[in-house]
Amino acid sequence: MVQGRRLTERFGRYGFKMAVVLCMLFIIMPLLLVCWLSVFSNTIMSMPPQGYSLKWYGEMLRQPQFISGLVNSALIAAGATVGGLVLTLPASFALARLRFRGRDTVLQFLMLPLIVPAIVIGSALYMMFVAVEISTGVPLTGSIWGLTIGHILLTIPWSVRLVTANLIGVNPAIEEAALSLGATPFVTAMKITLPNIWPGLVAAALFSFVISFSNLEVSMFLVSAGETTLPIAVLQYLQWKIDPTVAAISVLQIVVVGTGLMLTNRFISLTKAV
Amino acid sequence: MASVTLTSITKRYGTVNAIDDLSLSVTEGEFLVLLGPSGCGKTTTLRTIAGFVEATSGKIEMGGVDITNEPPYRRNIGLVFQNYALFPHLTVFENVAFGLRRRGIKGQDLLNRVSSAIDLVQLGGLTGRMPLQLSGGQQQRVAIARAIAIQPALLLLDEPLSNLDAKLRYDVRQELRRLQKELGITTVMVTHDQEEALSVGNRLVVMNAGKVEQIGSPEELYRAPANRFVASFIGNANFLPGHVHADGVTFVVDGGPNIIGRDLNPQANVLMIRPEIVHIARTPADQSPVIEGELMARSYMGSYHDIKVKVGDDRFLDIRLPARMDEEVSLRLGDKVFLSVRPSDVVGIFDVNS
Repeated sequence: MVQGRRLTERFGRYGFKMAVVLCMLFIIMPLLLVCWLSVFSNTIMSMPPQGYSLKWYGEMLRQPQFISGLVNSALIAAGATVGGLVLTLPASFALARLRFRGRDTVLQFLMLPLIVPAIVIGSALYMMFVAVEISTGVPLTGSIWGLTIGHILLTIPWSVRLVTANLIGVNPAIEEAALSLGATPFVTAMKITLPNIWPGLVAAALFSFVISFSNLEVSMFLVSAGETTLPIAVLQYLQWKIDPTVAAISVLQIVVVGTGLMLTNRFISLTKAV
Repeated sequence: MASVTLTSITKRYGTVNAIDDLSLSVTEGEFLVLLGPSGCGKTTTLRTIAGFVEATSGKIEMGGVDITNEPPYRRNIGLVFQNYALFPHLTVFENVAFGLRRRGIKGQDLLNRVSSAIDLVQLGGLTGRMPLQLSGGQQQRVAIARAIAIQPALLLLDEPLSNLDAKLRYDVRQELRRLQKELGITTVMVTHDQEEALSVGNRLVVMNAGKVEQIGSPEELYRAPANRFVASFIGNANFLPGHVHADGVTFVVDGGPNIIGRDLNPQANVLMIRPEIVHIARTPADQSPVIEGELMARSYMGSYHDIKVKVGDDRFLDIRLPARMDEEVSLRLGDKVFLSVRPSDVVGIFDVNS
């Protein structure tokens, strides 16, 4: 487009660019700040820096609760991601392909974990798990399974939205074409439908993983004393000390998630799926 | 290749019969066209044959075998869709190979069969492309190659030309015809385009509101339509209400001229006159009865002129006159003209609605 050259139009353009840059800074600032803080030598997180040091990264590795928290968080996030997708994939198929009464209601219902405050979900799950435990004897509270189930709940809205949107984008005629060529419904789903919603699935998996990995509120109710997740370990650490170790852990987390995002984006255009 | 027989097929959606007690048979090697306005049930019929729509009642047989309850993937039917429906994540080669792989064909045999299907639609050299890198016409050719590669017992075409522009539509149409003849494959095509139907079909099935109005060769349908619906759907026609005189050859048009016909249906209450069979002259012809009229409108269409002539109060005839390159058309609006028709060219129709 040919851009207008009047003074007001130029100022308008500069103003818009400034606004964009400011918004980007607003988003990136906390990340940069955390990275900066993690190399302060101060024993209490405070400004200004008294010097720079990498010792907090060493300190982080010496704290066993962080390492086990990281492992637990990763395991739970992986479980919640897989479990969430297994549950939401069929639901998304139904929502995208079938026309039935109450379809919108079902969709809204599956969005609820986004709307209900996480702290309420956590406490409600805790009470339910206790009730289940009392009546069946299955130990859900404080187990890694209970945690995973809670986190699956949190991933559902993201997966359903992303996968349904991607499924709607697939021309149903290609499935019929596959069926007419002799592919069974299962083969059609695996060879035709799945490859065409693959970016959406990967995006859903990524969102699910991050949502679970960084969750604090629901985990708080469901962890046991010995086995905690990383966010809980950080919270507990912060109750006693406020040295830059937590900043170092945050940097580690940013690096892990960021690398994951960039690697995925190399193979699959996530911007297309979301 | 196989014959297909539909017996009393009905498909009900709620209280509406999309297909209403339809019986039809397609003979081996035939090119049958289902033709009708949108919503007439032609696509539902095709999808019932393909196995995507389960008939409420009735029976479908293919090659003498009852396939009513077989799922689509066990019917061995090739399908070509209006929107091509190529697999977007697979190359042209893999698209065509898909059905063959499902049949366990691999290695050199697979290569041979894919490339012969691709050669048939003249797309050699494009096997490595992705569908989105192809033009609409090329995509539809890939879709055709994919459908015939499996050597289906029956080929179904669902408005295969509707998404193509006029020139391409003609090319792909010729190609479909050639392929169908070459392979001798039993084919059923759905279209709403009567010109398309006339040009490719051995037999046409005109459908309306879930029912068959008439089945016949293109010539039969055009020359001897069973009713007014078929007459107006296939080609253009003038309809003059009236009755057949006791002599059996004169059609008395209400408030208008008498027109001589031949072998008129004694019950006929409408006379059909195709626009191109009317002879138009400035002076009365000495032969046969002549209808006098006044030229009301004329539009030049390149290869012909569309002419509207007033032949009575509120009574007009549409006439199509072939145009010659060197012709100086001397007819002017308001001119008095004399129309005549050969008795064997007019058709009496009994129309229940008039």
